[in-house]
Amino acid sequence: MNISNTQRTTFLLITLLLMLGAAGCKSSQTATDRSASSAPSEDRMEELYWARIDSARMTFSQADVDFMIGMIGHHAQALIMSRLAPENGASAQLQILAARIINAQRDEINTMQTWLRRRGQPVPEVHIDGLNLMIHIPGMDHEEHADHTNMPGMLSQEQLVELSEAKGTDFDRLFLRYMIDHHMGAVTMVRNLVNTDGAAQEEDAFRLASDIQVDQITEIERMKLMLEELSDPGNHP
Amino acid sequence: MNHFSRLAKRGSSITQLPLKLWAGAFVLLFGVWACAPSSSMQDTSPAGSSYSSSVVTFDQAERPSPDPRVGLEAGLFDAEEAIWNMRKVSHTPPPEGFLGVTNSDLAFKDNYAIQGNYNGFMVWDISNPASPELVVDYLCPASQSDVSIYENLLFVSGEGYGGRLDCGTEGVDQAVSQERLRGIRIFDVTDLQNPQYIANVQTCRGSHTHSVLKDPDDNDNVYVYVSGSASVRPEEELPGCVDLMPDEDPSSALFRIEVIQVPLDNPEQAAIVSSPRIFEDLVDAPSHGLSPADLAEIEEARQQGAFVADVFGRPRVLSPRWIRPLLEQVVAERGGTGEPTAADSAALRETLAERIEAQFGGNDDEEDEEETIQRGPDQCHDITLYPEIDLAGGACEGYGLLLDISDPANPVRIDAVADSNFSYWHSATFNNDGTKVLFTDEWGGGSQPKCRELDPYEWGANAIFTVENGQMNFESYYKLPAPQTTLENCVAHNGSLIPIPGRDIMVQAWYQGGISIFDWTDPENPIEIAFHDRGPLSAEQMESAGSWSVYWYNGSIVSSEIARGLDIFELTPSDYLTQNEIDAANTVRLDYLNAQGQPKYVWPASFALAKSYLDQLERGRALDMQRIGDLRQQIAEAENASGSRRARMLRELAGDLESTAGSSSDATRIRKMAEAVRQLAAG
Repeated sequence: MNISNTQRTTFLLITLLLMLGAAGCKSSQTATDRSASSAPSEDRMEELYWARIDSARMTFSQADVDFMIGMIGHHAQALIMSRLAPENGASAQLQILAARIINAQRDEINTMQTWLRRRGQPVPEVHIDGLNLMIHIPGMDHEEHADHTNMPGMLSQEQLVELSEAKGTDFDRLFLRYMIDHHMGAVTMVRNLVNTDGAAQEEDAFRLASDIQVDQITEIERMKLMLEELSDPGNHP
Repeated sequence: MNHFSRLAKRGSSITQLPLKLWAGAFVLLFGVWACAPSSSMQDTSPAGSSYSSSVVTFDQAERPSPDPRVGLEAGLFDAEEAIWNMRKVSHTPPPEGFLGVTNSDLAFKDNYAIQGNYNGFMVWDISNPASPELVVDYLCPASQSDVSIYENLLFVSGEGYGGRLDCGTEGVDQAVSQERLRGIRIFDVTDLQNPQYIANVQTCRGSHTHSVLKDPDDNDNVYVYVSGSASVRPEEELPGCVDLMPDEDPSSALFRIEVIQVPLDNPEQAAIVSSPRIFEDLVDAPSHGLSPADLAEIEEARQQGAFVADVFGRPRVLSPRWIRPLLEQVVAERGGTGEPTAADSAALRETLAERIEAQFGGNDDEEDEEETIQRGPDQCHDITLYPEIDLAGGACEGYGLLLDISDPANPVRIDAVADSNFSYWHSATFNNDGTKVLFTDEWGGGSQPKCRELDPYEWGANAIFTVENGQMNFESYYKLPAPQTTLENCVAHNGSLIPIPGRDIMVQAWYQGGISIFDWTDPENPIEIAFHDRGPLSAEQMESAGSWSVYWYNGSIVSSEIARGLDIFELTPSDYLTQNEIDAANTVRLDYLNAQGQPKYVWPASFALAKSYLDQLERGRALDMQRIGDLRQQIAEAENASGSRRARMLRELAGDLESTAGSSSDATRIRKMAEAVRQLAAG
């Protein structure tokens, strides 16, 4: 796909639509003139609404697509880590945190899959089996497994096993350390995205990337605090 | 009821439920009207007759059941609706140029509502709330187009990467560009129907939201607090923007807010005047500690026999790993050996606090294996400024902050709270007298469905705090009480106080969860008193929609609907709110409103005000009913009288009330009523 061309076309399309819809609405005189004319029917408004939504949706770039595909795998690993909390005897506070991470990132995975589906892009499917994460991208050559191991903050399989074997306070400490790194990796991925020409211009992509960034920075701060509280009394025998 | 007839024209399957609801609303309306105290009723009842109550207590008040918000049909302009204790006065779709583009926040001036949109902003003339008239649709794309107004200046936030200095619609294709606008746009709206774009102030992280502060002691300037949450811009795009940590580079754009000073005589000279680091050293700030859920868990553990002790100022359940050596210590102290007995266990319980203190206190030699500089959040989402009490509530990532803003350019943090149930502190609202503050948690950023049946009540909710001597104390959570579908983005969002005298009542937007009006006078027991909700925008997939913000402004409740346009509502009397209370609220007139620059409501003297307090005394059963009936009659007689006779009757009534106050369970409210009656007498 030639991105710059697609973008140019969609910008043009949008500009055209805007011009058609709001002919010269920068100047307010015309706005008052227009309001005098009969209001368009609800059906026509609805038609226009969906046309706008559909065309705005297509202003995405390949960098946005890559970001979504990568972040689905990234989030999926956070689910694997968080699901360990109850069975590994995590503290109540950490279980709340893990439950929130599961709830938030599962919803975001869903949102990112929907984002890709609506734009006719390959949609990674997430399969989790214990500590094993499999990402299938149907429609790609030989049902490709997305390579999600080299993204920033991703745990190695050895680290996942280590985490799964830690119990109680040890689990809390290791979980926080790994999840802080994992979240920081997500923040790095957002940073890389927005530093790419043409990326995150599309509204949903911008919003998702921004939400991921602020949510995870917030959680990093909370986890650092939890880790510090934990490391103080925890170091005593 | 034009709304009803409009709906009725559409498919019958859609009108079924609204019909029932509207019928319900009629019943409620008439029911309450019929028994509302009116002067004619009072006139006919002879003095001394037994008084039958017309204002029920909250316990007796009726709620619709099952909740009519569950199961509403989807639609863009024809979604099924549920409404309770309010009336939809109008719905106006966006102008074509703004259709399909996100509507955002609202500001108000005179008879105008200014509505932000990711494509620019609109100005609506709402002189006739039943028929708002679009007077400006200004095309100038930038998310989120958060809007504020002060005198002849309009401020608009730009955050997204596609915003252009020249208001062009083509976006900005390069990661580094001199054409990008991220920050504040300033418009001269001397003629609100003809805005002039006069200046920009660029900021390193753009402006997600902003708040305007007018310092009562400074008539030359107005201040804009900017909160930016997106990434720091490259230095090549905006010189001076540094993305490093402050200890690596003190000029870091992280961990600070920006304060823009706008000279009123020369707004083109607007510039950043300070970048306060209100988050520094938050590790020392006391948190409100554990949430009620955490405390409940600890209590449960305690009851099951776990050892609980304060460690570093917080109650903690001690693990067997800690307890074992302590028990062995107790055994050794009594000169024993072997397994600890029940008596040893009891002895440990008695001395646990001291032992923990001895063991864990003053651990200065602790080696820091992790980086321990705690910076707290690195930005705020919204800062609500309340200049009349010199306080601001900062909703800043993982913290709620209380700020002293007596020096506008240099806000100082005086308290901070954190909460393990809160994900993302989003906005703050004070009650009118500043004794409480409510923070919202925009969990999931507003684009996720966080009001589903199984989403916990305390997640994505409001947290209510009392404020005493500059300290915030957690009281309770409030969350939209009706579960929403997975097709509806829903979480706590923007709202404002409704000036019901003597009560703390707020109207709040919950995106596709609709609008919820609730009473938080009792901070431990907030209760919903009215709502409006639509079904999802789409029956197939989640589309961003719903109420972004809803604010009370001069008798109207105005909502910015992300996809569907502008909604205007008004309150209707109910078991939870009397006509007198609504009338009293409507005596409050504002010249302008930015909800994040909270105005102090002041009620002019009116019979509605006095009667509101009386209704509240009756609702709270703060006086015996006979006395309530007598007071109603006295007020009615005074209202029917005129001139000096009326004044004399009111003065007598005020005197009566003052002498009654001591014997009531709600002396404060009686004194407020007495004061209102005295003002009326003087008026």
